[in-house]
Amino acid sequence: MTVQELPGTAAYRPTPPPAWKPLTDPAPLLPDPEPYRVLGTEAAAEADPELLLRLYAELVRGRRYNAQATALTKQGRLAVYPSSTGQEACEVAAALVLEERDWLFPSYRDTLAAVARGLDPVDALTLLRGDRHTGYDPREHRIAPLCTPLATQLPHAVGLAHAARLKGDDVVALAMVGDGGTSEGDFHEALNFAAVWRAPVVFLVQNNGFAISVPLAKQTAAPSLAHKAVGYGMPGRLVDGNDAVAVHQVLGEAVARARRGEGPTLVEAVTYRMEAHTNADDATRYRGDSEVEAWRAHDPIQLLERALTGRGLLDEERIGAVREAAERMAAGLREQMNADPVLDPMDMFTHVYEQQTEQLREQAARLRAELEAGHDESGAEERR
Amino acid sequence: MTTAAAAVGERTGSVRPATMAQALGRALRDSMAADPTVHVLGEDVGTLGGVFRVTDGLAKEFGDDRCTDTPLAEAGILGAAVGMAMYGLRPVVEMQFDAFAYPAFEQLISHVAKMRNRTGGAMPLPITVRVPYGGGIGGVEHHSDSSEAYYMATPGLHVVTPATVEDAYGLLRESIASDDPVVFLEPKRLYWSKAAWSPEAPAAVEPIGRAVVRRPGRSATLITYGPSLPVCMEAAEAATSEGWDLEVVDLRSLVPFDDETVAASVRRTGRAVVVHESSGFGGPGGEIAARVTERCFHHLEAPVLRVAGFDIPYPPPMQERHHLPGVDRVLDAVARLQWEAES
Ligand SMILES: Cc1ncc(C[n+]2csc(CCOP(=O)(O)OP(=O)(O)O)c2C)c(N)n1
Repeated sequence: MTVQELPGTAAYRPTPPPAWKPLTDPAPLLPDPEPYRVLGTEAAAEADPELLLRLYAELVRGRRYNAQATALTKQGRLAVYPSSTGQEACEVAAALVLEERDWLFPSYRDTLAAVARGLDPVDALTLLRGDRHTGYDPREHRIAPLCTPLATQLPHAVGLAHAARLKGDDVVALAMVGDGGTSEGDFHEALNFAAVWRAPVVFLVQNNGFAISVPLAKQTAAPSLAHKAVGYGMPGRLVDGNDAVAVHQVLGEAVARARRGEGPTLVEAVTYRMEAHTNADDATRYRGDSEVEAWRAHDPIQLLERALTGRGLLDEERIGAVREAAERMAAGLREQMNADPVLDPMDMFTHVYEQQTEQLREQAARLRAELEAGHDESGAEERR
Repeated sequence: MTTAAAAVGERTGSVRPATMAQALGRALRDSMAADPTVHVLGEDVGTLGGVFRVTDGLAKEFGDDRCTDTPLAEAGILGAAVGMAMYGLRPVVEMQFDAFAYPAFEQLISHVAKMRNRTGGAMPLPITVRVPYGGGIGGVEHHSDSSEAYYMATPGLHVVTPATVEDAYGLLRESIASDDPVVFLEPKRLYWSKAAWSPEAPAAVEPIGRAVVRRPGRSATLITYGPSLPVCMEAAEAATSEGWDLEVVDLRSLVPFDDETVAASVRRTGRAVVVHESSGFGGPGGEIAARVTERCFHHLEAPVLRVAGFDIPYPPPMQERHHLPGVDRVLDAVARLQWEAES
């Protein structure tokens, strides 16, 4: 552009601004245009057979777990269950890439990741059964409480990873969030902190198409959720969320990168929620069968099963054995969930503070007296 | 304050059973039809019609621009509503559940509540924030909070909560018509409560800020609101066998607070119990008891008592029945009103 000289005045010479360049070259941070895949490509032939079989067994067990938990809602044994059927590859890979010393920060939908990490199937369900908010000791399992408010666990993961690094511990935190959750302010603040601090965190977004009824197109105008990483200065990775091997590889690389002190990664796994949001939701209000069916043809278990049988690593007999193991897990879960949990109402008062306040002691005593007098504590139950 | 409900008269409607959720939906619909500046926004309010189906059909009838599925971000939703209101719209925001409104507190407290005051009255914000609140529906963690005390403690906000199907309609219309921001608390466990209802009936509703006597009585006053109203009505019935004739006052509006109706009742009866399910300490009951004491000291035969939820984070659903104040706890408090006998 030329600068027009005004008649009668000296030539105007604009001062150029000081040289400016971005701190980080955005190119290596950008995600691939297509989700990364392994299954169905030549790379599948090189994948470690032991890992493939392990992933397969966990996927089958996970699907069975989802089916069993959903059945338990129908029997009134669970208050609610947000199924991860269709998303098992993300759940399982998230659990399996972590070392024992690492931490998992799941959302309310990620029961399966917690179970795949080794948590007792019943302990993982107490939140949804309604007897305990968190049925396990997070420190013991290095699994944060399943988080219901969206995206609020992400800054926690950043802080924990940062603290571990300050202490000189070789620990990585993996935090899970849904596509909808990426719109929350906490998501943005967590990514920014993580990048600025170079915290050893991996963010896994399970993009399952919907936030309850709201499709991705109404959630974001970004080319992909993985693109969001670039603005914070961390790499964004896009992966086929139904390809267990691909998810495991991409997360594995992100975890390794974090462990090397190179900072956080945002991974978007593109997947699909096969069931409704929870058993209480009516998905027919916002999506059609044809979309669901198209995804059914891209089922994570079938994808892996095909690759395994293709390589002669799986036959009817082994499939049978895996299914039987899953069936045993389901039977055990059913049995344990059919027993009423033994609850002590006094527990409501014991974990509010380290030292129970005088006030809470009084309230507990009042409730105990009510219970001993045989009062039905409240009319809430009958009115329901 | 205008009485928008009085302008409803165009329709003729028969009386038929409706739920509170339906009445709320109807109030939104009628407000949108009457005033093109009324916009509804929130998570899942469009195609789905809200997780409680309160906004069912609005997107179809008024289009996506009037009833908008937003990205999932409460601070963004309420913050955007501030800007919309600054430009002359009347946003009605839905927060999906009580505990999920917390990310929006910054906007609510720093901006929604203060804009009129900060601008010397130049910029009022006619925003209605609908928040389903309270427990008793078996919801898991973070789905049962009673957050009214936080809202009440913030000057600049009206805080309103209906307990009947008629009030759900009338109060919501009033709230939307109000030029002040209103936090409209919807008692979740009453969403499915039914009443024979016609949309014309609430035309008689007074501007927000008035309490009503739901049951006249002579021996003591139960002061309550929202989800605890049915508990108090049941307690009042049960108490008759003990010789108590209880008056029940439904506050309907926590801010402004109707000192007149409450004080008049307590002066008549000489005794009062405040009943609510949110925690007692630092809760609404303390404020109410203090006001009643200040105005009615010489009429009181006993201290004003409170029946409230325990001072604990809302318990898991399997324990909630122990936490929620029920009929027995109200009756125990009523028995304790026989103060002279004790002292
Ligand atoms: C802060 C907050 N707002 C609203 C909700 C209510 N809510 C629960 S799940 C959900 C949709 C979440 O969608 P997404 O993040 O995509 O995860 P998905 O359920 O698909 O796994 C909403 C709106 C919540 N839990 N937390």
